[in-house]
Amino acid sequence: MINKTKKNNRKLTKSDAIEAYKKMLLIRRFEEKAGQSYGLGQIGGFCHLYIGQEAVVVGLQMCIRDGDQVITTYRDHGHMLACGMSPDGVMAELYGRTDGYSKGKGGSMHMFSKEANFFGGHGIVGASVPLGTGLAFSNKYKKNKAVTLTYFGDGAANQGQVYESFNMAKLWELPCIYVIENNRYAMGTSVQRSSAQKDLSQRGISFGIEGEQVNGMDIESVIDAGKRAVTKVRNNGGPYILEMLTYRYRGHSMSDPAQYRTRDEVKEVREHSDPIESLKNLIIENNFLTEDKLQVLNAEIKQVVDQSAQFAADSPLPDPSELFVDVYQ
Amino acid sequence: MKTEVYMPAMSPSMTEGTLTKWLVKVGDHLKIGDPIAEIETDKASMEVESQIEGVISEFLVENGQDQIAVKTPIAIIETNTSTEKLKGKLFTNTIDDQPKKKIIKDRVIDQDKKQDKISVREAIRDALAEEMRRDKNVFVMGEEVAEYQGAYKVTQGLLQEFGASRVIDTPITENGFAGLAIGASFSGLKPVVEFMTFNFSLQAMDHIINSAAKTLYMGGGQLNCPIVFRGPNGAAARVAAQHSQDLTAWFSHIPGLKVISPFSARDHKGLLKAAIRDPNPVIFLENEILYSDQESIEEDNDDVISIGKAKILREGSDITLISHSISLKMCLEASKKLAKKNIDCEVLDLRTIKPLDTKAIISSIQKTNKCVVVEQGWSQCGVSSEIISVIMENAFDWLDAPVLRLTGKDVPMPYAENLENLALPSEDELIKIIESLFE
Ligand SMILES: Cc1ncc(C[n+]2csc(CCOP(=O)(O)OP(=O)(O)O)c2C)c(N)n1
Ligand SMILES: [Mg+2]
Repeated sequence: MINKTKKNNRKLTKSDAIEAYKKMLLIRRFEEKAGQSYGLGQIGGFCHLYIGQEAVVVGLQMCIRDGDQVITTYRDHGHMLACGMSPDGVMAELYGRTDGYSKGKGGSMHMFSKEANFFGGHGIVGASVPLGTGLAFSNKYKKNKAVTLTYFGDGAANQGQVYESFNMAKLWELPCIYVIENNRYAMGTSVQRSSAQKDLSQRGISFGIEGEQVNGMDIESVIDAGKRAVTKVRNNGGPYILEMLTYRYRGHSMSDPAQYRTRDEVKEVREHSDPIESLKNLIIENNFLTEDKLQVLNAEIKQVVDQSAQFAADSPLPDPSELFVDVYQ
Repeated sequence: MKTEVYMPAMSPSMTEGTLTKWLVKVGDHLKIGDPIAEIETDKASMEVESQIEGVISEFLVENGQDQIAVKTPIAIIETNTSTEKLKGKLFTNTIDDQPKKKIIKDRVIDQDKKQDKISVREAIRDALAEEMRRDKNVFVMGEEVAEYQGAYKVTQGLLQEFGASRVIDTPITENGFAGLAIGASFSGLKPVVEFMTFNFSLQAMDHIINSAAKTLYMGGGQLNCPIVFRGPNGAAARVAAQHSQDLTAWFSHIPGLKVISPFSARDHKGLLKAAIRDPNPVIFLENEILYSDQESIEEDNDDVISIGKAKILREGSDITLISHSISLKMCLEASKKLAKKNIDCEVLDLRTIKPLDTKAIISSIQKTNKCVVVEQGWSQCGVSSEIISVIMENAFDWLDAPVLRLTGKDVPMPYAENLENLALPSEDELIKIIESLFE
């Protein structure tokens, strides 16, 4: 399902390659730290890690520009970091502290940043789709040429509201890119067991919405498809579907028995299709950076992540008076 | 450098677990994310993954060891100091200068356990299994109910006994499968639909209200809808506003629906059996935090408990506390404490919210002459509003004091631990409210 990285047709420039590598590594290290903190009881509730899927969000973010919008599901830490939100603020929210993006009230699944044009963080499967369609509606209404990246999962792709949204998006030619992050499973249910049409990129056909499947484990493929989609959608081309074939390495949330797939399956993907390893190899093969430089970069990112955990641990719990604040404006 | 690996908390409510199996050997080289061991809790079994890179040098617990407390060291990993200095500071702890703690306990296995005590989770499962054996038209459908064995392990074993035609995994499409199940019930089947949690029933609300509740009436009594919608309702731990809310009052507003919200394991079993046999649509509200609570039940108990009957959990003469589901725990605790202050509380477990057992409510008020109603849900148009109205209309002359209530605060559920505690009704608040009636 997931093709190996194409080594020919080099498209990434040196600076893009390094930029992408940094962001992907930041997400991976951040998520590992979040997993550790969860194990120690610093983070509670649901915590859905993005490990394995980093190329999708990092690649697509490199295709959009200021003013474009992003909305996603509860598996949102990677999206926020890619949007440029601060690791400190995200980690503090995971810890339920006052310096978190939602002042500790939203937690892992519910963070937002108007400044970063990140519209959440939505816990209800499928909900991001009509909401993202509405963001796109507002852009068409305002004629501001912005596009909206509306992310959702393979499991979410079966919700009825997705198709109600598709119909309106095409009817009104809304500038919306639907990004289906197909990581093969919705909790314990594989796409094979949940979906009649398993090629999710074709789910828009009856509405006249085109789509394509993309190797979401390969940053170059993501950027290539992302750029084409953004150009089309921005120039009044109406909505488009990108189905990103990807994989989550960790359990669905923190307590997932994971009986639905074999260890070998996970190992196979990690060893042969890891998006960060492939990009690292590309960087070395092209002499963009030396191994030593990469080590330094690694240590720097580690520092940023450790600092975010420290920042979160040092941030106070919200003041009790916050309980009734922001119910209404 | 030696680094300890701890027993991780896999969920906020987990305090201990069993290490069912080591997946590595001493001497194995581990990378971040490699599975190390299989852990089992009362809810699920899952893998612990390595958070650091290094070589496994020692196991501190054995295969099969149970009751290992969260944060107990379970293994030691030898790491390469130079590259690992920064890694895993939180989850792991360098222990060169600390004494090793070994907690070895023999695993006690209940070989032929006589099921004298069963959990709420098992009670629900047993009710489902017994009704499925009894009536071939009963089937279970929902997200992750079959192969995954239930997101909260409630439907464990059902797929194995009844097969995939009667234990059906659905896509994530609540409005669709709720409607489909209602349709199936119109032509004689008896679906038990699990919502992974009732938060997701909101996706299906139209079908529950407009298709399930009203069809019998709209068709002049021709077409009934024998269906049960069940799953956890109410606050869970630290899952924030969209996943933590008590929707009891929502359903109880609708004519045509029956609404059950039990507390004890025995009541879960008997009332679920009644719900499945009932010819009407029944909303059966469970509570995730109660799933592991146990109660003694005789092995062959297959009592069906009538819908619509409240139960006195504690007899008392000074004041009646009325509640349902998990909030009853707080009522019972508060009663114990107040007994020491010579306030004798009667605790009434509603069990069914619709139809409401007004007789039981009134007769308890006639005895105690005072009342506090407790619920986790929001106050406006809540379950407590209804109960207080019933009391005003039927037992006003028997009251010695205004009826008061303790409810969830009028806010979406916050994530932060301290705010979450403040948002929910607390025992302290309850005691204060009760005492205020005796000043
Ligand atoms: C309406 C609704 N139903 C069920 C759930 C519980 N749930 C949370 S995530 C999930 C699986 C979603 O899978 P997918 O869309 O593939 O996204 P992934 O988790 O793989 O990123 C389920 C069933 C929910 N949050 N909302
Ligand atoms: Mg998925």
